[in-house]
Amino acid sequence: MRSQLLLLLTLVACGVISTLSSGMNPYYYDILVGIGINIILAAGLNLVNGYTGQFSLGHAGFMAVGAYGSSWLTLSYGYVLGSSSIAMSAFYVLALLLGGIGAALVGLIVGIPSLRLRGDYLAIVTLGFNEIIKGIIQNCEALGAQRGLGGMVLHTNFFWTFAFAALTVYVVVSLVNSTYGRGFLAVKDDEIAAEAMGINTTKYKVLAFVLAAFFAGIAGGLYAHFKQFIHPEGFNFIKSVDIVVMVILGGMGSTIGVCLAAVLLTILPELLRYVSRIDALPEWLRHVTENRMILYSLLLIILMLTRPQGLFGVRLPRKK
Amino acid sequence: MADKIILFLQQLINGLAQGSIYALIALGYTMVFGVLRFINFAHGDVYMLGAFAGFYIGPRMLHLFGDKPGYGVLVSMLLVTMILCALIGVLIEWLCYRPLRDRPKLTVLITAIGVSLFLENGGQFLFGADPKSFPEILTDSYLSLPESWGRISELGIQLSAAISMLVTVILLFGLRHIVLHTKMGMAMRALSFNPVAASLMGINNSVVIAFTFGLGSALAGAAGILTSIQQPSIDPLMGVNAGLKAFVAAVLGGIGNLPGAALGGILIGVIETMVVGYVSPTYRDAIVFGVLILILLVKPTGLLGASEQEKV
Repeated sequence: MRSQLLLLLTLVACGVISTLSSGMNPYYYDILVGIGINIILAAGLNLVNGYTGQFSLGHAGFMAVGAYGSSWLTLSYGYVLGSSSIAMSAFYVLALLLGGIGAALVGLIVGIPSLRLRGDYLAIVTLGFNEIIKGIIQNCEALGAQRGLGGMVLHTNFFWTFAFAALTVYVVVSLVNSTYGRGFLAVKDDEIAAEAMGINTTKYKVLAFVLAAFFAGIAGGLYAHFKQFIHPEGFNFIKSVDIVVMVILGGMGSTIGVCLAAVLLTILPELLRYVSRIDALPEWLRHVTENRMILYSLLLIILMLTRPQGLFGVRLPRKK
Repeated sequence: MADKIILFLQQLINGLAQGSIYALIALGYTMVFGVLRFINFAHGDVYMLGAFAGFYIGPRMLHLFGDKPGYGVLVSMLLVTMILCALIGVLIEWLCYRPLRDRPKLTVLITAIGVSLFLENGGQFLFGADPKSFPEILTDSYLSLPESWGRISELGIQLSAAISMLVTVILLFGLRHIVLHTKMGMAMRALSFNPVAASLMGINNSVVIAFTFGLGSALAGAAGILTSIQQPSIDPLMGVNAGLKAFVAAVLGGIGNLPGAALGGILIGVIETMVVGYVSPTYRDAIVFGVLILILLVKPTGLLGASEQEKV
């Protein structure tokens, strides 16, 4: 009961802040919405990579499905419910959910190989699916192919972003604290032992995949209706790595940690951009700060060597 | 009809040339998997570093040989690059993977992805992101069969492609000798069979693992040079695609199995060339990933791999 109340309070707070934020500096507003979208992505991926112990490297692919799916819906049928702003918004939310469901269906297809694969193989296969989804979009004229897709109406605002972010965190936390959560953890700790104890490991793995894909689809829809232009290259391997870094930095299996990491890693590129403009710094340092992937990769290596459980994670037991 | 057969044979030749490069890289994946049971994601980037080592060494080496392109330059460049790449491979293992030897697999996997991203982006920072043109260390020409042989003389191959296939075959036999007929090779095989028993028999596992990384990286470095003499345009991200395809090749042949990796590499090269030639170049990458997903679903042990029982 307490968590439902908390969710309700957050939603009300989102509404209040949203009405107050109308006069906000657009640059900060942009970062704020980016934080919300990244929280949805990272909290969702944490279900797969964190709690269930699988390793998905193709989260941006699901995001792409949601982004393109919902954009196609609002572009083609945006006026079905009428052209008043309320009807348009209602259809937008419907499109977001349908985009999420589309991504979940794709997640189901990707989830099937995950029944037989673990670790490294799964990482490569999900990466492959990401590339395949991108390739299909690039070859699909109805979705703008290589040119990208634009012309969506600006629907995403602070309220919708953080309402969905709160909903995502609520669903993930409730799920993890339920019987399902025990199932996810059992699969992560020792799949063979879990199976021997009568846990349907397949069910839990697929469920984690499908849910994570659903949230990624919603995040994609939010993103598309905020930027109003999407391009296949925006959902490439690098984007997937961005989300994975958030999950790892926050600590796999710690929702609050992952959300904080999402906030941190959304602000970090902006900070780096600021740092790279400081003239007093040596030339090479400014170059390094311009290329955030160098820092991200170093961060990954150093984190794994010194604190593999992430900033807020629980330490994994050493295994032979 | 004859036209179609000639075209098919020509595609096959091109596919073999491409496949021999994948085979060289795939061997590194498979050897490391054999001794450590993990996939070294950074392997494709060592191949990129090999090409860039050639890019920087090439002009100096040419100078040493009186500015004349030729086989002497090629062979000495191959040797220097292989030694350099072997050192890089050992360094990567020593810095990044050795401290994680008995950590959960996921930790090592994430580190490997980190190393790969670091080499790619560090390469872009260090070498510049734009493609560079590789120095001409070999005067390329087109080899074809004598005209008097009739229609079959329409078949041909670039000299550089022929040489790279030849070098690949030599390196494969060299590798076979090392693995089957030297003490170090025997230690490698023992380690991949059972690491605990190997160390009980007095094998220094760390040395063998470092040697395996060095050997695999040397082959990747050689592949970097051999690609660059065929397509003289190199960039810091060239290892991403080649690495992924070589990985698919290793899985196709059966990961951990050396002849399998060579076979898988050649098959992937041929499949890719055929798809580009007969279907559409846009499906080039999608098909390779399709092959991977298919093989993992149908026969996860690969074509030549033996199934491994998981011990509880």
